Amino acid sequence: MKRDLIDITDLTVEEIDELIAKAEDIIEHPDAYREKCRYKKLATLFYEPSTRTRLSFEAAMYELGGQVLGFHEAQSSSAMKGESVADTARTVSCFADIIAMRHPKEGAPLVASMKATVPVINAGDGGHHHPTQTLTDLLTIKREKGRLDTLVVGCCGDLKFGRTVHSLIGAMARYANVRFVLISPEELRVPESVRTDLLDKQGIDYVETTSLEDAMPQLDILYMTRVQRERFFNEDDYVRLKDSYILTPDKLRTAKWDLSILHPLPRVNEISTAIDDDPRACYFRQVLCGKFIRMALILKLLEVE
Amino acid sequence: MIIGTIVDGIVIDHIPAGRAMDLYRDLGLEKLECEVAVIKNASSGKYGKKDILKINEVIDLNYDMLGYIDPHITVNIIRGGERMEKIHPHLPETITGVIRCKNPRCITSIEQELPHIFRLTDREHGVYRCLYCDTKGGKR
Repeated sequence: MKRDLIDITDLTVEEIDELIAKAEDIIEHPDAYREKCRYKKLATLFYEPSTRTRLSFEAAMYELGGQVLGFHEAQSSSAMKGESVADTARTVSCFADIIAMRHPKEGAPLVASMKATVPVINAGDGGHHHPTQTLTDLLTIKREKGRLDTLVVGCCGDLKFGRTVHSLIGAMARYANVRFVLISPEELRVPESVRTDLLDKQGIDYVETTSLEDAMPQLDILYMTRVQRERFFNEDDYVRLKDSYILTPDKLRTAKWDLSILHPLPRVNEISTAIDDDPRACYFRQVLCGKFIRMALILKLLEVE
Repeated sequence: MIIGTIVDGIVIDHIPAGRAMDLYRDLGLEKLECEVAVIKNASSGKYGKKDILKINEVIDLNYDMLGYIDPHITVNIIRGGERMEKIHPHLPETITGVIRCKNPRCITSIEQELPHIFRLTDREHGVYRCLYCDTKGGKR
């Protein structure tokens, strides 16, 4: 039976650990994987713009010896003619061995997975899920910290629409002794569903605060996010909230020496470029991790040993 | 108040007071040719007040919808003037086409033919969430 990845919880903790181990093996022995997906094709169906996610999927497939086809905006697909996601998924299943889909509407990749005959990977659906970013984050944390348990994780910025944060909380909550510090303006707090169904239900230790400065000294991980213009229906709300948290060298004065600063990117101004050369800034190493974990995921879903 | 005895039909009992007309519409009872009695604010030993629907014909019912509206509702199937079956609808794991997702970011907002499916995520509080976007269903 085909496997899809729609939500990070589709994978068990053991499977995530296996993927991380596979990605680390790929990093150590890249030549051993160069032909693994020869004659296989990945379809990238991107209904909204993306740089990192799409390119890392494509780079991942090329480095496995496979090929890539697809579209990069809804305007260049039959969606413009009114074709449903389900019909597109069925059609593309005839041409490709695996699909990566990004869509602005929440649940679109799930709909695709219900009709596609090949594995479907959710490459981001609106403000909902982004499981491959989470896998990227987990691999980054594992490589930076050497562990995924016993960590204080600060998530800062837009925690309401920031899908990467929701997925990261869902994934990290399954490891022991992980505590979350949720830093956001009142209007951009994590959704009620994340608090009640995930954190409260599982008895996860967390606090919510509006102060990045107060939270800083206790953090092992600082996961910064962008306030995303495309998630707002009201431009005034976006303008009012967009500069809520800007990380500067001054704010890092009270941070631990081994803090790891992550960001799913792109950033606008929420991390000062003056921090880029600080060894605690991991976000560009994180981008590279994204390619390797996607290689591991493609191998798993295609059942290539 | 006297309402005729049913020989072959259905009595939907223990409907929360004030909800009988909603149920009447949701179950599509207005389309039936047979007699249907809507009894509001009947006295109830257990709940104080309750509504009752009496349908003078045995029809197929959407038990998922009944369970979603209130799992305390009971359905009595009457045949030959005798109660042949008493059914307690339970909170279904999923409900389809009963509630609509109101999240403008959900895929159902642009693809009209997709069924609106909600899954039970919290049995204790009867919370349902959209299968596609996890938005909480409206109040029952």
